[in-house]
Amino acid sequence: MVTDVQTVPRASHAQRPKSLRRWGPPALRGWTTGDAIFRKACAAIGASIVGLLGLLIYELVRGSRESLEKFGFRFMVDRVWDPVVERFGASTFVYGTVVTSIIALLLAVPLGIGIAIFLVEIAPRKLGAPIGFLVELLAAIPSIVYGLWGLFVLAPIVRDDVAPVLHKTLGFLPFFRGESHGVGMLTAGMILAIMILPFIAAVSRDVLAAVPTTQREASLALGATKWETIRNVVLPYGRAGIAGAVVLALGRALGETMAVTMVIGNNPQIAASLFEPGYTMSSVIANEYAEASGTVYLAALTEIGLLLFVVTFAVNGFARVLIWRMARERRA
Amino acid sequence: MKSTLAISPARKAKNRVMLGLCVLAAAIAVVVLVCIFGYVLLEGARFVSLSFFTRLPAPVGEAGGGFLNSLVGSAIMVGVASAMSVPVGVLAGIYLAEFGRGWLARTVRFVNDTLNATPSIVAGLFAYTLIVLETKRFSAFAGSVALAVLMVPTITRTTEEMFRLVPRTLREAALALGVPEWRMTLQITLRAAAPGVITGIMLAVARVSGETAALLFTAFNNRFLSTALDQPMSSVPVQVYTYAVAPYDDWHHQAWAGALVLVTLVALFSAAVRLATRSKHQVTG
Repeated sequence: MVTDVQTVPRASHAQRPKSLRRWGPPALRGWTTGDAIFRKACAAIGASIVGLLGLLIYELVRGSRESLEKFGFRFMVDRVWDPVVERFGASTFVYGTVVTSIIALLLAVPLGIGIAIFLVEIAPRKLGAPIGFLVELLAAIPSIVYGLWGLFVLAPIVRDDVAPVLHKTLGFLPFFRGESHGVGMLTAGMILAIMILPFIAAVSRDVLAAVPTTQREASLALGATKWETIRNVVLPYGRAGIAGAVVLALGRALGETMAVTMVIGNNPQIAASLFEPGYTMSSVIANEYAEASGTVYLAALTEIGLLLFVVTFAVNGFARVLIWRMARERRA
Repeated sequence: MKSTLAISPARKAKNRVMLGLCVLAAAIAVVVLVCIFGYVLLEGARFVSLSFFTRLPAPVGEAGGGFLNSLVGSAIMVGVASAMSVPVGVLAGIYLAEFGRGWLARTVRFVNDTLNATPSIVAGLFAYTLIVLETKRFSAFAGSVALAVLMVPTITRTTEEMFRLVPRTLREAALALGVPEWRMTLQITLRAAAPGVITGIMLAVARVSGETAALLFTAFNNRFLSTALDQPMSSVPVQVYTYAVAPYDDWHHQAWAGALVLVTLVALFSAAVRLATRSKHQVTG
């Protein structure tokens, strides 16, 4: 996954040009046979995208049918993942995916919003542009490069510096028990945070920049400090947009594969300590699919993919509702 | 006399602290960015050499060797994926921008956004069950299909947005001269929107050039130079992954060199996109 900033939420279609010739009989509208063919061809190709999604869902369901029939709902709660006896359960992978995504959001949301505030409210224009470009560049780096960096640079840092400090200060919590070997859920969450940070920062920046200056001036004129203005006026104004960005970023974190696969340790277990290695839905597919033998094994992996698709679909649908609500509030 | 409007020290302090934290957040991002880029540049530059571009992978234990097969493989698969996705994406984008009203357009738009957010590994699974399972072998073509699925949504979306930016007056001028709608769209509107459309295509190419997950079990990997679409094919990101998770130092060095090539590619694309969009803004004012 490359978190590309270009996919910022679509706010409205207000500026769509109206068709130039919608009235009158066809001859007067100046239509030719060519026009009719061209329109139909374009519509057909547009419709083929819908067909593509249909085919994708069909193939995923077909590929996982054997597992769906054999395990049913137990697939979701079973902790056992044993290709030898052909018993498969996905709960350890769901756990890993959820935990790493939560860590990523906890780290990236405050940082991303902070960066957006810095770029819009604090930084001089001259500084804002290059930092904005750097953030966009960060978004374009391939996932595999993050994985490489995470494996050889971040993991040793977590093992030698971050984990001991966390253990010493917060060791009474179950999350920071034991010893870190570098790779594990914490490292995976941190890498994910770095990867979704540009997306959250870029979208939040656009949202904050769209807040009218008059709103700020009104607050400042009432004697509010700059922070109070940001906290009570600017952020609430952009709330829905930022929430949409966060949910979209969550969708990306859930589906992210390579970087996580390289730093999570790939061990299917449900452990409270974040220092422990784990396994995510996407990384088990990446690791085992090419070598999976046996149709049930393949079907179980495909079902995890289907599950991943459904979850990201739902998360993105939710984000769209948030953004749609924001657009409606703006119009009102 | 103390003004009633004075801001209390506590509020002032809070203001400073919170604004300071925002600056800190930006500083952290810059440090992380510099750290990632610095590492990739320094480590990559140490191990990248001419033979990296001209040699095939060396067996374990032998020094040297390069990425030639992966570079060729990436170029072929991204090329085939572009050939499949660019016409579809551009025409679908034209449909949404020019004729896109009603339930079909709403559905296409929704589905396109859904596909855009689909994890790349799911696209890989799709190509696997669709092609690899049927032909019973990993193939470059299956890899290209997976990449094409990832490219279409980006291209469709940017094309739609770029067509929206073309001024209505330009269309009216063409129609007033008696040009049929389809020629107006392809020869006038498309030409005006071309820089933006090409930008979108380049973004899609840049995105899939670094794509690993979709290729792992579709194109798989190949130690030899192969140009056959029905055979497994190597690609730069998959090769970087293979080398990175292997326990050999030599291979780790190769992985850093590969990462440098990928990042350089992405940086070049980003810079080109910036230039293209800037000149477009100048033209349309």
